[in-house]
Amino acid sequence: MKKFKRIPVGLFGLVVATGCFAQQSPIPIVGLVELSGTGATAGTNFDNGVKLAVKEINAAGGILGRKIQYTSMDTQSAPQTAKALAQKAVDEKAYVVMGPVFSGSFIVSMAETKRAEIPNFTGGEAANITQQGNPYVFRTSFTQTTAMPKLARYIKDTVKAKTVAIVWVNNDFGKGGRDSMTKALEAQGIKVAADVSTDPGQVDFSAAVLKVKQTNADAAFVYTNEEESARALREFKKQGYDKPIIGETTLTGQKVIELAGDAANGAVAHVGLTVDAPQPQIKAFDQKFQAEYKYKSDHNGMKGYSGMYVVKAITEKIGKLDAKEFAKALHGATIRAKDYPGVLLDVHFDANGDLDRESFLVKVEGGKQVVTATLPPVSPIQ
Amino acid sequence: MVDLVQLIISGTATGAIYALCALGFTLLWQASGTINFAQGEFVMVPAFLMLFFINTAGLPLWLAFLLTCLVAMILLGYTFKRAMVDPLIRHGVIPLVIATLGLSIGVKQLVKAGVTAQAQPFNSIFPDGLLSLGALKVSYMDVGTLVLAGLIVISLQTFLNRTVTGRAMQAVAQNTDSARVLGINVARMVLYTFLINAVLSVVAALLVTPTYLAKFDMGESIGLKAFYAAIIGGFNQTRGALLGGVLVGVLENLTGAYISPAYKEGVALMLFLVVIIFKPEGLLGKTEERKV
Repeated sequence: MKKFKRIPVGLFGLVVATGCFAQQSPIPIVGLVELSGTGATAGTNFDNGVKLAVKEINAAGGILGRKIQYTSMDTQSAPQTAKALAQKAVDEKAYVVMGPVFSGSFIVSMAETKRAEIPNFTGGEAANITQQGNPYVFRTSFTQTTAMPKLARYIKDTVKAKTVAIVWVNNDFGKGGRDSMTKALEAQGIKVAADVSTDPGQVDFSAAVLKVKQTNADAAFVYTNEEESARALREFKKQGYDKPIIGETTLTGQKVIELAGDAANGAVAHVGLTVDAPQPQIKAFDQKFQAEYKYKSDHNGMKGYSGMYVVKAITEKIGKLDAKEFAKALHGATIRAKDYPGVLLDVHFDANGDLDRESFLVKVEGGKQVVTATLPPVSPIQ
Repeated sequence: MVDLVQLIISGTATGAIYALCALGFTLLWQASGTINFAQGEFVMVPAFLMLFFINTAGLPLWLAFLLTCLVAMILLGYTFKRAMVDPLIRHGVIPLVIATLGLSIGVKQLVKAGVTAQAQPFNSIFPDGLLSLGALKVSYMDVGTLVLAGLIVISLQTFLNRTVTGRAMQAVAQNTDSARVLGINVARMVLYTFLINAVLSVVAALLVTPTYLAKFDMGESIGLKAFYAAIIGGFNQTRGALLGGVLVGVLENLTGAYISPAYKEGVALMLFLVVIIFKPEGLLGKTEERKV
């Protein structure tokens, strides 16, 4: 008889223990990041940004009382690897997937997370990422169709260029940027004097720069990934190019400045995020990142960091860990930096998963990014 | 016209770096029948060694270069020969080719996992700026590369043609058995060739890394182009390697500027295919006959 009485008590204990365990089990979040290959700079920074945010969030008690268990996987900058790892992330029942950063990898891998209805954040900027009706895709940076018109206006109004030579990298990121920029320049009445495509991972930019010089355009617009941007800037300097060199975020990233050295001085870019921005929450991020990793974050680190805080903000808003609800809630959501300083700037997500917020024009001077102007969001954030 | 001259000069400078690597290919082939498909990684490893000596040990570039030469001679010369070439060469060329392909992958992965997967900056030994000769503007880096690579090549040719050791090395390259009968220490001459190849790789690393940036996969492109250059010029002729390297460098530049930069990377391959079809011994190569 005693034996029978003990069983329910034991079972009750087990149920309570299991319940407690389940309540405290961590939230699985997977990072698909370029830790090697041509995207190693971008992916490593993005990954470090996510890790820093995870560390802070966990130290502050996690999300809804649960810690985050973040696992990063190396896509090797290869779309097919990214797709296979996305499937692995689905198998591991990730609540949210962060990355890949490279547009080409993301376009291939996002089919897996869409099928599994898992929200997937990307650092990619290619315009077509959010034009495919995938309700689980969210950006951590501007789409090219938002960024390029801002830059084209700068080229017309400030640089006063009538002709521009475009140097772009022949991948999804580069093609999207080149197409968006060409349209934006035409809209401003600026002629594209040369359309120079380069290869991902290209090491020698002598011919590309020569081609630009031959056109005698008023300015060069360089839209390549980080390492290639550094090589291009070195080549521009080597060949004594003296016209303005303008680009988007990748042209003046911290790693690019480090790799290009003096050759980066004078380059101008429109950046969605920069650690040199004057906002106090960005300054705080810069200090924490440097303390953690002993180097200065580029925009990709900020993308990963702010993206993770978006996950926290929206999950706390819906009050439960429900991936579908998460995706619904993030469409049309506005998250303010005063409520969640980790998002770095007030940010608004539209129905496609594109984001809008303030951005910056920067110029590299003395090996540092200097913010020359703060540009308002495309639509005022209400 | 000025553009054309500039293109030729900068192309020759790039080609001179290819030539240094191609020279290594031909030297190893002639001396020991070795085709080293890890030649590109033999450029990448010294780049990281020099960075280590500069950034971690705090040494000046010239001392880092000399120390790297020493380490490269031990690691990429002596050890490579003793640990990989000597045991495998007796089984023919193919096992060694496969082994060097494996070595190439292994070294890349080792650097990627053990050092860094990210590119690292590497300062040029030449000053920034342009040398103006009338309308012609050439960068100091191109001029310096051309002069230094040229000096290395001329010194090597002088060593091979004008010294007893150099001639003995050539004798070994031409006919190992006859060289042995003449009392030449064949094993030592072959070792010298491997050591020279290691030093050439260090020089190539010194010249190319400021442009390519130090990265675990930086050797892929240069190794492949040097191989093409060696075949184009003639695998059994050191002069052929020079011609092949310069030809590839100049044609790449001209194609990039006058046709499209998109086709630039394919120039070496196209030239390689044409030479293989119409003059398989290479532009300056000699036809080798084999007894059946």
